Amino acid sequence: MHDVALELASITKSFGRTTALQSASLSARRGTVHAILGENGAGKTSLMRIAFGMLQPDAGTIRVNGDIKSFASPSAAIANGIAMVHQHFTLVRAMTVTENVALGGRGLLHPRKARSELLALARRTGFAIDPDARVEELPAGAQQRVEILKALSHKPRVLILDEPTAILTPIEAHDLLNRARELVNDGGTAILITHKLRDALKFADDITVLRRGATVWTGRADEATEDALVSAMLGGERAPLESLEGNNSRRKRASVSEVVMALRNVSVRDASGVERLKAASLEVCAGEIVGVAAVEGNGQHELLRVLAGRIGATSGVVTLPPSVGFIPEDRQRDALIQDLSLRDNVALAGAGARRGMMDWVAIGDRTRNLLGAYDVRARDENVHASTLSGGNQQKLVVGREIEWAHVALVAENPSRGLDIHASAAVRARIIEARDSGAAVVIYSSDLDEIVSLADRVVVVYAGKVSECGNDYESIGRAMLGVTPP
Amino acid sequence: MEAFLEGVVRTATPLALAALGETVTERSGIINIGLEGSIIAGALGSVVGAAHGGVWAGFVFGAVCGLAVAAIFALFAVVLRADQIITGTAVTLLALGGTGTLYRLIYGSAGAALNTPTLNPAAIPFLSKIPVVGLALFAQPSITYVLYALIPVVSWWMYRTHAGLALRSVGENPAAAIAAGVRGKRVQFTAVLFGGALGGVSGATLVLAQAGTFVEGMSAGRGFIAIAIVVLGRWNPLGTVLAALIFGAASALQFYFQAIGTNLPYQLFLAFPYVLTLIALAATHGRVSAPAALGRQDLELE
Amino acid sequence: MSQTTAFIVDTLVHATPLMITGLAVAIAFRAGIWNIGADGQFIAGATAAAWIGVSAPATIGWLALPLALVAGAIAGGIWAAIAAWLRSRFAVLEVISTIMLNFIATYGASYLVRGPLQEPTHVFPQTSSIVAGAHMPILISDTRLHWGFILGLLLSVLTWYAMKYSATGFRIRASGMNPFAARNAGLINVPRVTSGAFIVSGAIAGIAGGVEVCGVTFALYENISPGYGYTAIAVALLAGLNPLGVIGTGILFGALETAAGTMQRNAGIPATTASVIEAVVILGVIGIAQFRSRCSVSAT
Repeated sequence: MHDVALELASITKSFGRTTALQSASLSARRGTVHAILGENGAGKTSLMRIAFGMLQPDAGTIRVNGDIKSFASPSAAIANGIAMVHQHFTLVRAMTVTENVALGGRGLLHPRKARSELLALARRTGFAIDPDARVEELPAGAQQRVEILKALSHKPRVLILDEPTAILTPIEAHDLLNRARELVNDGGTAILITHKLRDALKFADDITVLRRGATVWTGRADEATEDALVSAMLGGERAPLESLEGNNSRRKRASVSEVVMALRNVSVRDASGVERLKAASLEVCAGEIVGVAAVEGNGQHELLRVLAGRIGATSGVVTLPPSVGFIPEDRQRDALIQDLSLRDNVALAGAGARRGMMDWVAIGDRTRNLLGAYDVRARDENVHASTLSGGNQQKLVVGREIEWAHVALVAENPSRGLDIHASAAVRARIIEARDSGAAVVIYSSDLDEIVSLADRVVVVYAGKVSECGNDYESIGRAMLGVTPP
Repeated sequence: MEAFLEGVVRTATPLALAALGETVTERSGIINIGLEGSIIAGALGSVVGAAHGGVWAGFVFGAVCGLAVAAIFALFAVVLRADQIITGTAVTLLALGGTGTLYRLIYGSAGAALNTPTLNPAAIPFLSKIPVVGLALFAQPSITYVLYALIPVVSWWMYRTHAGLALRSVGENPAAAIAAGVRGKRVQFTAVLFGGALGGVSGATLVLAQAGTFVEGMSAGRGFIAIAIVVLGRWNPLGTVLAALIFGAASALQFYFQAIGTNLPYQLFLAFPYVLTLIALAATHGRVSAPAALGRQDLELE
Repeated sequence: MSQTTAFIVDTLVHATPLMITGLAVAIAFRAGIWNIGADGQFIAGATAAAWIGVSAPATIGWLALPLALVAGAIAGGIWAAIAAWLRSRFAVLEVISTIMLNFIATYGASYLVRGPLQEPTHVFPQTSSIVAGAHMPILISDTRLHWGFILGLLLSVLTWYAMKYSATGFRIRASGMNPFAARNAGLINVPRVTSGAFIVSGAIAGIAGGVEVCGVTFALYENISPGYGYTAIAVALLAGLNPLGVIGTGILFGALETAAGTMQRNAGIPATTASVIEAVVILGVIGIAQFRSRCSVSAT
């Protein structure tokens, strides 16, 4: 058998004018854990989607065990022993775990047989799961296990894991990465996509670093140093790293000032009547950043929206200023109207309460100022929002919300999916807003971001909000619902 | 009473056929408002088919015509991912106008007297002797028995085959289905064609088992009522057919009241199924869960 | 009158209801509301206008006309409001409910012209003629062209201005294009805005019905609408949902219907061909739009 399980050579892929991959290469040896390291937007996921048949390369070759292959669809890749665990869950929420794992098969469906096969697989791999539970009833960690079992059910020889720890608590993440090694012990190969340098060094045998769609470094993990990997990832652009990993050094909190946003015993039920937030109390003062940490689906979504005045409370007392800026997680959908101009998108802030006529000339001027002040790169204020890159879209949203609300800002994963420069710019703006006296609440699924930005941290677990120390250990425990002794 | 029940099943049959097909279509995440178009095309097709090859050729050609109309819908709504509502409305207009035009071109402006062979009720021995419901259920034109056979077959296919699982998953979360190796667009395309073919059979039933002739616009909104029936039947085959019976009863009531001679205006009875549709849709609110991706053309497949 | 003039006059007369119902559809679609019910709203409006027109005392004179039109607007608005209420309260798809309401309106009008509103001799299924004061004045003497056409132009321009420059118009556009962003970023009460646009859309379709009764038929008949509400969808889509564009596409389809009528009389081509052409226009417009957006996606 060939020594290289999966080889991608000189892969190029463009989406219109954007080049996602520029002659990227990767060679994963059999029986190893191979980490693909790179910043957001470096092309890691695109490269692996090509290996999994979800995208077609413009140029380059794929070899599996030395043989040239081309995959027209994921089913072709699965047939060749490749499976992928996606970063954003690709599960059918209304179906059972068994049905999700059975998906993609052929012929007759024997529910009982599929169920017992799944149970056998779960026992063998140690991923405990209830085969009859509906996916939507499961917590994020269990959903992750379903994703992995689904991939393993195809008996893959190459298992691709895309940022598998993004939604897990540090303890769960550690456990999962250790398992990845077990999975490859019997001759399989695991490919781990990550932007976390330490995870790559700790859990992988080999590392490939991508930057701007090209392979810039590849080698054994035990021969790599943190410095070498960092400069490979950033290409000598060290400056923004301070704002990326460095602490929020300007933590010069104004002396305790007035409360801007306050919740007292606030509960929220969703449309189906489930109580998502349970008697939550929280005060946010002017000039502070409160970080919110939580595992997906614990009620942080509702907490942020109540604080932003975007949903009402079922019970309890909510005190908010007249306007609260809100940076929602899904900015493409919830913050911008893609087919309207930047000017119209700026006009959107506060549109609900506006009376009479729209002063388009004044709004146009305001938009131009905002583009300059927040470094939004756009031809002018009349282009559609859809023409902007993700980073520029987010800078526009951040600028609009800060300029509109001034005193209060709620941000949900504000730097998700942005490249290093845009992330740094967004964080700098949020800190600036805090320094000029705004009360800020920020939720991030990236603990690093919370620890570096927040003046104070609260954790949401099962709908309950509790104060917590600003360090990984206590946040991690609180996210799992473990109360400190 | 027996006559009334017989009428219920008879008027419910075309509705149930169309709704059964639409159930499969909607389970793939596509709402085909153009179903009305498939029904009217099937009605005209059945006249042409039956004139040349007898009743069953009429059903087959009706199905083909319904499928052809659905193919136009699928081309726009599935392949090009145009808005399903607009596409469906346009396809309905196209089929209503097209059948009217073709009918006059083929049979002249007077709509020549048609000698379309029809399907007579065929009583099933023993079963039709069951008290009260026997005649209603088992002394129907044989297309009704085809419907009886289709219910378990479609149910079995939907819940006991991988293809059925793939169908349901595409309607819930296309991205997940595709990541698992399902060919999303192909599934949706096939589901739309299946729904169109059954819509065609439904139209053929109107002609060959009921009216005995083609009338312009004779589908009379049954495609839209069928879509409401799918909601009422909670997107599963058996539920759909039971819901169709309720609508059959609403229509049969109209003949019943006319027969006993009331002073109520007949337009009231003609409008009744449509009013019932509105009430039924409002009443089922909050107790049904539609396929999560139903009607969303923004989901890019493959 | 030359044949050309006659054709132009007929075209503009036909264009009037199409333009106004097209405007109604454009407003609803802009708000993200699939109002397929302009036909029912048109019939409701025509019925109310005819009722006022028939029962208005002669003493109020020309006041009968505005009264009839306002009644048409209210009736069309109420007919749309039923669907808007079902949508916001019970999440009933407006596509289905408006089509059902079209059938109900048709049978309702049929009942009225054979029942309570039937002309006194009880021979014909229609109402008596409306009073002279409710007649729409003629625009060009010795033709059928009436001021309803000008009213259609005015409504189009007014709607265009309101959609573009008023805060309400902006809220409607934002809610229709992306209800999520409208709610989260604009703090817009999307259900209220879209329901409002739905009802306004119905009111405008109702005005179209009133204009038809006061300007053309002078009585309510069965089948007063030959499917204007469906043609209106083609009119609105071909205009790119632009209220000013509706003027042009309304006239275009008016010419089409006039020509179809002539051809049916002279060449035996069925008038149903017109709805085939409408359907092809709709499919063509959305097909080209989708094709373009796919090209631009793969080019950016």
